[in-house]
Amino acid sequence: MSVDISTVKRVAHLARIAVTEDDAARMTGQLNTILGFVEQLNEVNVDGVEPMTSVTPMAMKKRADVVDDGEKAADIVANAPIHEENFFVVPKVVE
Amino acid sequence: MTDLTALTIAEAREQLKAKAITATELTGAYIQAIENANEALNAYIVTTPEKALQMAKASDARLASGNAGALEGIPLGIKDLFGTEGIHTQAASHILDGFKPHYESTVTANLWADGAVMLGKLNMDEFAMGSSNETSYYGPVKNPWRAKGSNADLVPGGSSGGSAAAVAARLCAGATATDTGGSIRQPAAFTGTVGIKPTYGRCSRWGVVAFASSLDQAGPIARDVRDAAILLKSMASVDAKDTTSVDIAVPDYESAIGKPLAGLKIGIPKEYRVDGMPEEIEKLWQQGIAWLKDAGASIVDISLPHTKYALPAYYIVAPAEASSNLARYDGVRYGLRVPGKDIVDMYERTRATGFGEEVKRRIMIGTYVLSAGYYDAYYLQAQKVRNLIKKDFENVFHAGVDAILTPATPSAAFGIADQDMAADPVKMYLNDIFTVTVNMAGLPGIAVPAGLDARGLPLGLQLIGRPFDEETLFQTAYVIEQAAGKFNAPKWW
Repeated sequence: MSVDISTVKRVAHLARIAVTEDDAARMTGQLNTILGFVEQLNEVNVDGVEPMTSVTPMAMKKRADVVDDGEKAADIVANAPIHEENFFVVPKVVE
Repeated sequence: MTDLTALTIAEAREQLKAKAITATELTGAYIQAIENANEALNAYIVTTPEKALQMAKASDARLASGNAGALEGIPLGIKDLFGTEGIHTQAASHILDGFKPHYESTVTANLWADGAVMLGKLNMDEFAMGSSNETSYYGPVKNPWRAKGSNADLVPGGSSGGSAAAVAARLCAGATATDTGGSIRQPAAFTGTVGIKPTYGRCSRWGVVAFASSLDQAGPIARDVRDAAILLKSMASVDAKDTTSVDIAVPDYESAIGKPLAGLKIGIPKEYRVDGMPEEIEKLWQQGIAWLKDAGASIVDISLPHTKYALPAYYIVAPAEASSNLARYDGVRYGLRVPGKDIVDMYERTRATGFGEEVKRRIMIGTYVLSAGYYDAYYLQAQKVRNLIKKDFENVFHAGVDAILTPATPSAAFGIADQDMAADPVKMYLNDIFTVTVNMAGLPGIAVPAGLDARGLPLGLQLIGRPFDEETLFQTAYVIEQAAGKFNAPKWW
């Protein structure tokens, strides 16, 4: 499978990365090189093989459903580019 | 007085205990060494000399009162991927500009609890994506090694290039690193240092910036096998904050060192003999086999038939997980924000400016292979192949093989700004051809220096072990180290 420039632009938008026409053209070539490389996986017979879900054979650990952390809103917003009164500030999203 | 930075961790530990030196003196020597060398090598992004001296002073007090920890007073460098409270943590990316976490990663917290001293944050490939340390927002790291009679700058490997270079140039006693496809072992091999990627789940991933969560593991880069064993003992722990960390007691890895190899069965996989591999690497491998045989191990030929599919499967699984993990960098919660005409425009501009080329490429691949209609063809197929790769290893371990010996990399260190690799991303990816299988199967792997090539550059061998059997790797790697000797880069910086 290979991608064309319009697919690259669509994927860039899905990934929320702005691309110029030049970027998209360059990425199309590079992505196709990589997709060409991974193509060989289709040779492998995977009949009856389960997809891996966990690399170590272990049951998912579960913790008690209790609050054991919190009350640190100031810590959480401290690194935000813009914050006010413990809220993240973003451009207006509703008209 | 002799140069204190020449001491290994084990040697420094003895001298500190015997009060022959102080932690403050030792730390001071490293601060000076970094000051002299970092402009040339670019191994550290940020240094924390005041904090280091403060920690060293506290170590000296504990040493005096008899309360010394296992790493008391040992100065370490920390890869920029580890969250360090109040200190620059950016995964060497522009998008995390100014980020200073209000928490400490579990691995570094373990090290500080054992008395280690932090010298600063080490350079790396951006978000640990790269094999040459050239994708860093902070510029490439130079390898302390140069070819004989040459002034050309070489890469230290990646992504833990800063860690490997700093250890090789004696700008820290040891360093933390991480390995998703070879990022500890490949730079260790390129710099004549020892690097171990432990079994998936051995070290907590909590507080470490995520790249591909099912593959990422932390481990040390050190000057020799013993130092690597000492560091891993401190770094490893079960952690309630990482549900994939394993509740198995951490053994005293150091006690495995020096044990005879009699009775051990070492597998030699024929699939690791790849086209175009330099003859020197093949020779090194044969030499390694001979050393282990001489030490009493029995050598068996084995087959890992799905080896060649590990790298293509990795380049689906890792970018897929990365595209998901890196979705959080949106200009809202931390780091860089580039304003736009609306919120989506702000996201897109922020991510376009904040991420480098390689990171964007991998996010794009990941987004594509996970997008509607392609998931089964790519991601599901790759995860099935991944199970087959793991099964290959299980079969040979089941047949009685204790460890597997392979070359660590298909070549020695290459030049900074290599034209071929810049033109074709897959060429760069091929650096990890021998290491990536280990991550796909979640196994432990160690790279140990085994010789120099004709140009005088270090080459490494890799040992792959059973899950949670790092002890056999330390035991066997030590035999190689004893036979090969240690290699130090002639100082030019």
